[in-house]
Amino acid sequence: MWLLNSSIGKKVVMSVTGLFLILFLTFHMSMNLVAIFSAEGYNMICEFLGANWYALVGTAVIAGGAALHILYAFWLTYINRRARGNNRYAVVSKPKTVEWASQNMLVLGIIIVLGLCMHMWDFWAKMQLNELTGLFPDVNPHDGYALIVEKFSSPIATVCYLIWFVAIWFHLTHGFWSALHTLGWNNKTWLARWKCIANIFTTVICLGFAVVAIYFGFIA
Amino acid sequence: MAKTDITPEVEAQVQEAPKAAPAAKTIDSKIPEGPLAEKWTNYKSHQKLVNPANKRRLDIIVVGTGLAGGSAAASLGEMGFNVLNFCIQDSPRRAHSIAAQGGINAAKNYQNDGDSVYRLFYDTIKGGDYRAREANVHRLAEVSNSIIDQCVAQGVPFAREYGGLLDNRSFGGAQVSRTFYAKGQTGQQLLLGAYSALSRQVKKGTVKLFPRHEMLDLVVIDGRARGIIARNLVTGKIERYAAHAVVIATGGYGNTFFLSTNAMGSNGSAALQCYKKGAYFANPAFAQIHPTCIPVHGEFQSKLTLMSESLRNDGRIWVPKKKEDAEAIRAGKLKPTDIAENDRDYYLERRYPAFGNLVPRDVASRAAKERCDAGFGVGTTGLAVYLDFSSAIDRLGEDVVRARYGNLFQMYEKIVDDNPYKTPMMIYPAIHYTMGGIWVDYELSTSIPGLFAIGEANFSDHGANRLGASALMQGLADGYFVLPYTIQNYLSDQITVPRFSTDLPEFVQAEKDVNARIAKLMAVKGNRSVDSIHKELGLIMWNFVGMGRTKEGLETALEKIKEVKKEFWSNVRIPGEADTLNVELEKALRLADFIEIGRLMALDALNRNESCGGHFREEYQTEEGEALRQDDKYMYVSCWEYQGEDKEPVMYKEELKYEAIKVQQRNYKQ
Amino acid sequence: MEKTINITLKIWRQRGPKEKGAFKEYALNDISTDSSFLEMLDILNEQLINKGEEPVVFDHDCREGICGMCSLYINGHPHGPDEDVTTCQLHMRRFNDGDVITIEPWRSAGFPVIRDLMVDRGAFDKIIQAGGYVSVNTGGVPDANAIPIPKADADEAMDSASCIGCGACVAACKNGSAMLFVSAKVSQLALLPQGRVEAASRAKAMLAKMDELGFGNCTNTGACEAECPKSVSISNIARLNREYIKAKLKD
Repeated sequence: MWLLNSSIGKKVVMSVTGLFLILFLTFHMSMNLVAIFSAEGYNMICEFLGANWYALVGTAVIAGGAALHILYAFWLTYINRRARGNNRYAVVSKPKTVEWASQNMLVLGIIIVLGLCMHMWDFWAKMQLNELTGLFPDVNPHDGYALIVEKFSSPIATVCYLIWFVAIWFHLTHGFWSALHTLGWNNKTWLARWKCIANIFTTVICLGFAVVAIYFGFIA
Repeated sequence: MAKTDITPEVEAQVQEAPKAAPAAKTIDSKIPEGPLAEKWTNYKSHQKLVNPANKRRLDIIVVGTGLAGGSAAASLGEMGFNVLNFCIQDSPRRAHSIAAQGGINAAKNYQNDGDSVYRLFYDTIKGGDYRAREANVHRLAEVSNSIIDQCVAQGVPFAREYGGLLDNRSFGGAQVSRTFYAKGQTGQQLLLGAYSALSRQVKKGTVKLFPRHEMLDLVVIDGRARGIIARNLVTGKIERYAAHAVVIATGGYGNTFFLSTNAMGSNGSAALQCYKKGAYFANPAFAQIHPTCIPVHGEFQSKLTLMSESLRNDGRIWVPKKKEDAEAIRAGKLKPTDIAENDRDYYLERRYPAFGNLVPRDVASRAAKERCDAGFGVGTTGLAVYLDFSSAIDRLGEDVVRARYGNLFQMYEKIVDDNPYKTPMMIYPAIHYTMGGIWVDYELSTSIPGLFAIGEANFSDHGANRLGASALMQGLADGYFVLPYTIQNYLSDQITVPRFSTDLPEFVQAEKDVNARIAKLMAVKGNRSVDSIHKELGLIMWNFVGMGRTKEGLETALEKIKEVKKEFWSNVRIPGEADTLNVELEKALRLADFIEIGRLMALDALNRNESCGGHFREEYQTEEGEALRQDDKYMYVSCWEYQGEDKEPVMYKEELKYEAIKVQQRNYKQ
Repeated sequence: MEKTINITLKIWRQRGPKEKGAFKEYALNDISTDSSFLEMLDILNEQLINKGEEPVVFDHDCREGICGMCSLYINGHPHGPDEDVTTCQLHMRRFNDGDVITIEPWRSAGFPVIRDLMVDRGAFDKIIQAGGYVSVNTGGVPDANAIPIPKADADEAMDSASCIGCGACVAACKNGSAMLFVSAKVSQLALLPQGRVEAASRAKAMLAKMDELGFGNCTNTGACEAECPKSVSISNIARLNREYIKAKLKD
């Protein structure tokens, strides 16, 4: 099976799952923005995406995508480190054109996963999971708005989230165009265009997330 | 070697060698019968072939993986022979053919400018100053078109016009545009084409590759070439390889001069070993000095860099008209751009109005030397002339010039740290190619049955001077289209000969000899590095066996080379051990052979009392300083035969007969 | 006019592939800035030989930047700090008096060290042998002008074909990937009608060989393109990916 055996196949899995996660982030970000305008609207979405069968299937798919992405990342990194050989260079100098993010995707990824754990504990565990298991009987799983307000009342949490968004920004600026490149949707002309689009798109997503955090952390 | 329908034309007269003449020997070039234009077709129709089942049983050793060796090994493998292919580099793709920049000639006449097989043939003979064999050159011109077809089919990305068809450019010595090119990297692309064909055969198992292996001796059994002794350059191990035939495709011996445009590893050792085993060495004095190289700039210099001849399409060569201007430039007081148009001497355009800057290489080189010797040279040393693109930039714009020569300009700038778009390039002639080499007959067979020589390694089809873009043509012609046929004529009677064991006494002895030579070198334990002695040899060669040769100079050279030889064998220092990787030992083995080749070049140059092509004897020139041939005395190929260590070699003559072409003084003026 | 500099070299010395290597320091004085980097190493070797030491082993041949034989990882860059050149065309004018220059071999599992700075790049030959060709025999091919090829395609194929197989891409890649090398050949032949016929099988075969030989996976950092002496573009990698994925989806 080429998605398991070949280097390009493995990269294709990374790309497809990566793009899928970007798509998910885009939806998630749009949903978050609703919170700024309307508490009821936001909670309506929370209820809609609660423990319904379609939301659960969606969650499972997203979780699967993320798991694949993470698993493959470690697998690929292991192969790549082995390919590098036993001796490391004594002096390394990064060429100007090489993005910093591109050489630190795993580290960024790990930061993102840590952030994800924090986020899941803060929200998902108290919403969808809570609805399923009743883990937090005191929390209303459909009142996402209250959770946001409570969470971002702590400036430390806000700052943590902002750092998390920065890591996502770096990860995505490279990941976005790199995924398209790996899927072969690139050429000399589009190389620069995709990079530009990736930067704009990523910035929009991360700003969208950040705006919500800042709004509830410092303004509201 | 029995031949069926072809009666070899025994036209070569036998004359006694200048010194210590032994029994007369017939030099039989085996030119097929019939009119010139039909000889090759005739030959192919009547030659003997080997059937596919038998091909599998025949082994062929090919030494060298350049255009000639790589294409030959690939083609022979495709045919079904069992090929063993050797090269000294880490990969076949590194062979020095890769450095050819300008292009490859072919008589396609795609430009509709009147080209034809005959015209390419004629230009090549004339460019070679009437010292090449007519039948060979005509065959070369005939197969030239197939080469282009072959390369395109392999995926060689030749330059194209907007209509999608192939583009051509002009080269020296021709009045038509017949040169196909791939940017300034034609040699690279052609070699990669041959390399890909070779790689395909390696995968199929018909060719076995031996990279980082250097041939150190030829094994001859019962008068036939049957194998080689090679040194594994990584392990230092001496290894034996047997085959039914051996093909030498190891390029030229230009590095005898230490400084040349050849790669650092290019050497004449394989050819010299064959010579020592009895193969004739032909026209060793014919070495080509390329007019457009970056001038020498320091003691530490390791090699000279060629600037493609294609630059002469648009570049104009000049020196100051006034001596005082030249002096001021040398002293750094004036810049070339300070010299007014009227004070510039475009000496090639002045002397050769018909061909202008596109005269053949030997003519352009000598003209540069003449100007510099007369005191008009530029650069800090006075040994340089200008190659100026300002008028081309005015006419075409910088972008067009950049598109045509951008990579060459960049290379120049990296080396010299001068911007050639703004200030003229400085160039000076340097040793580039050797027309001389192992003597071969029409079948590319040497005087040892079973030993073949192709490409630059043989004495080739270029006579006394090679035209630009013809080396690639000849290498590929030999490898793709000539040798794969002619070698079968030899192998057809070898089908019953079983594979050889490398335990035969001849192999044992050859290996012993090689080991003894290495041991002798390692035992010297002197005080000088190989390179320092090589530089000394190179200087002697350049000063006395270079662009302008005289009787006295050549005699001096012979004396001095003798001293260098003594110095080398008594004072060279090779650190490390012989039975492992040892770069200094590799260089020493090559230098030992360069010294012999240098001597052979001087001997041949001394013998040839005339000027022709790249061989310029100052005693023989016209009043205008052009080369003056002595056709009545020297219209022959000098074939040198080895007589033993410290013995004078003997020379035989292969007389050259011109049937299709009228021999005349070369004229590039009108 | 000639300027000279004094430098210190830190050179990796290693006897063989299995033996441990280490840096050794050499001081070198009065080096002309007009000399090339390899000429500077020639001078060092001349001094070492005169001292009776073994010279530093490094690969080199044409010294015109085209054969691809020279390597060297100089101060953190394959082929040194200058752009678009091979080590043989790097000149000492790029360095200053008193500089410490660190010279290492290509370090990659695919390129084992043979000695000192010389590595074995035989893996590249094996990748080409896996399919880097058009399967035509000598003779029996159509006329060269029988198939017109758009100039843009021919030019792009030429750009891809300008790869010299030096291995700088692998040396520069933090993943030790040979994708730029493989993709340059796949691209060149995929762009031309002559090579198009076998494009799918070529991409599959060459990539499989690359993986088998232990090269890493491409993560599109672009370091290969930045350090490539011939500026071969990573757009070739996109084309290889495309060819490969197309081929696999068809299977």
